[in-house]
Amino acid sequence: MKSLPITIESVRKAYGSYVALDDVSLDVRAGEFLTLLGPSGSGKTTLLMSLAGFVRPDSGRLVLDDRDITRLAPNKRDIGIVFQNYALFPHMNVLANVEYPLMLRKTPKAEARRRALDTLARVKLEDLSYRNIAALSGGQRQRVALARAIVFEPRVMLMDEPLSALDKNLRETMQYEIRRLHDELGITTIYVTHDQREALTMSDRVAVMNSGRILQIDTPQRIYDRPSTRFVAEFMGEANIMAPGSVREIDGADASRQMLMIRAESFHLDARLVGRDGVALEGTLRAKAFRGEDWLLTLALDSGQEILVCIPAALASGCTELCAGQRVTAYAPAERVHAIPGAVA
Amino acid sequence: MSVTANPALAADARREQWFFLSLSLPALFVVGVAAILPILWIIRQSFLTIGGVYTVDNYEKVLSSGLTWSALVTTFELSLGTLVACILLGTPLALALAAARPRVANVLMAFVMLPLWTSILVRTYGWLVLLRRDGLINAALTGSGLTAEPLPLVYNFTGTLIGMVHYMLPLFLLPVYAAMRDIDANLIRAAASMGATLGQVIRTVVLPLSAHGIVSGSMIVFIYTIGFFITPAVLGGGKVNPLSIRIERTLSTFQDWGSASVLGLLLFVVMALVGVMFLTARRLMMRNHVGAVHA
Repeated sequence: MKSLPITIESVRKAYGSYVALDDVSLDVRAGEFLTLLGPSGSGKTTLLMSLAGFVRPDSGRLVLDDRDITRLAPNKRDIGIVFQNYALFPHMNVLANVEYPLMLRKTPKAEARRRALDTLARVKLEDLSYRNIAALSGGQRQRVALARAIVFEPRVMLMDEPLSALDKNLRETMQYEIRRLHDELGITTIYVTHDQREALTMSDRVAVMNSGRILQIDTPQRIYDRPSTRFVAEFMGEANIMAPGSVREIDGADASRQMLMIRAESFHLDARLVGRDGVALEGTLRAKAFRGEDWLLTLALDSGQEILVCIPAALASGCTELCAGQRVTAYAPAERVHAIPGAVA
Repeated sequence: MSVTANPALAADARREQWFFLSLSLPALFVVGVAAILPILWIIRQSFLTIGGVYTVDNYEKVLSSGLTWSALVTTFELSLGTLVACILLGTPLALALAAARPRVANVLMAFVMLPLWTSILVRTYGWLVLLRRDGLINAALTGSGLTAEPLPLVYNFTGTLIGMVHYMLPLFLLPVYAAMRDIDANLIRAAASMGATLGQVIRTVVLPLSAHGIVSGSMIVFIYTIGFFITPAVLGGGKVNPLSIRIERTLSTFQDWGSASVLGLLLFVVMALVGVMFLTARRLMMRNHVGAVHA
């Protein structure tokens, strides 16, 4: 399958006074798996639906492989979509659902059947080809939806929170399956989710959205470790935001004017594990919780700020004995302390 | 499933079911008195001569009369004609309503429902005013020179059909519109994203998924129209004589309760057969559409 780039140029969409998309620009590389991540109402689904052609932007351009598709009808865009509720046709069986896009393209019957069966085999559903949709589990429906979206070799694939209805274990299996399918086909994919872990696990790049704007586009690791705004920092994982002045210096350099982010899991309780230049924060233990893979401690600093400290179970031999009210010092290595650029107090 | 697994809970559930069933007793009583008893009385009448002697002569007389069979044919012609017109006019209208934005759909729906809130007599005479030789429509047609002579629009089959379609269209529309509105909008988007044109979306998704609504609407139209009386009596001008009019004539002109009862039973049997036919068709359809809406 061919891989095509997508360019989104200053797209704007408002519903009355509510701005759903506020001057959004984004370049999606050919063959890339890009995730739009954000809370509900952040505009990620609106952006996806405007690429699909169901939402017409007020201004801006959508370009697919050098061709302006901003005003193109949805049925002429040749885009595969997986919907949140799968949107499978209940009056057709599994095979008929997958053959549907081929039927619309007047593919000869025998060839359509062969391609549909091949695609069902690809998503490991060939045994259920003649089942009714109502007789399928959520995970199986998800696979039919995937097969139906790729069988006609669309130019781009869009997915709108496709895993949100599945339970946790199935979701993790499907994350892996979708990513494998993407790698096999090499099709440019835009994936929408509000689950930050899902975004980190699956994507080549993540675009974090809020209030109709893209706040940061980067690799999962950079989004997590080097967030560009406080919102991104707090949306991804457990972040401690240290106001300017609460940490005076790091690595010998003045840090008193910067807003800092330290992830909960960056801390150690053992000073020997941290370099000489790290940050040490002393406070009173407020609460502790054992979560299986780690301990989560809540420390109240003398400034009144509470911070979260996450200690992996393997390194937490001392945690069991800690009790609330005890003085605890948490150490974070300098390279794990991130100054949020542009953030002022 | 977990409820029935526990015997105590199952007994509770059964008690609850009986309680709710008992709530329907008053209604069942009214239906029994108002519908079943008269039918039994008509069955008895159909076997009585005017003098009160038991006989099968009434059946022989009615079923061997050509008038009965031509009335039956007229009844079917009117019902089928109304049904076809309702399907042809109502299905596109339901599509338009289902596709309209909710506020627009509500306003349109009010217009569609308006005739239902008007007395059938008022409406029927209203059509008379419009369709007469010197009525509004013919005045407009001849006045504008579209036709040289006024068209025979009323006191015939055409006029009767117009009146019946006008009455039945909203009743046909409601179940069809409800079925179409329940179709998940994402199904239509999905079809479009895969390349379906509007016509293909309607043919391959909307119509199959609202077929049960069309069958329901058709059943309402057919069963209602089989017993129509006022419209053919006013707009038919004596030339359109379905079974309902035959029954009224037999009573008012000949006071022949026996024959009228046989005709009534004939009408009842025809209705029941048509009803069973439609219900079977609908059940078969629903079986193929398990969870059609929320799958």
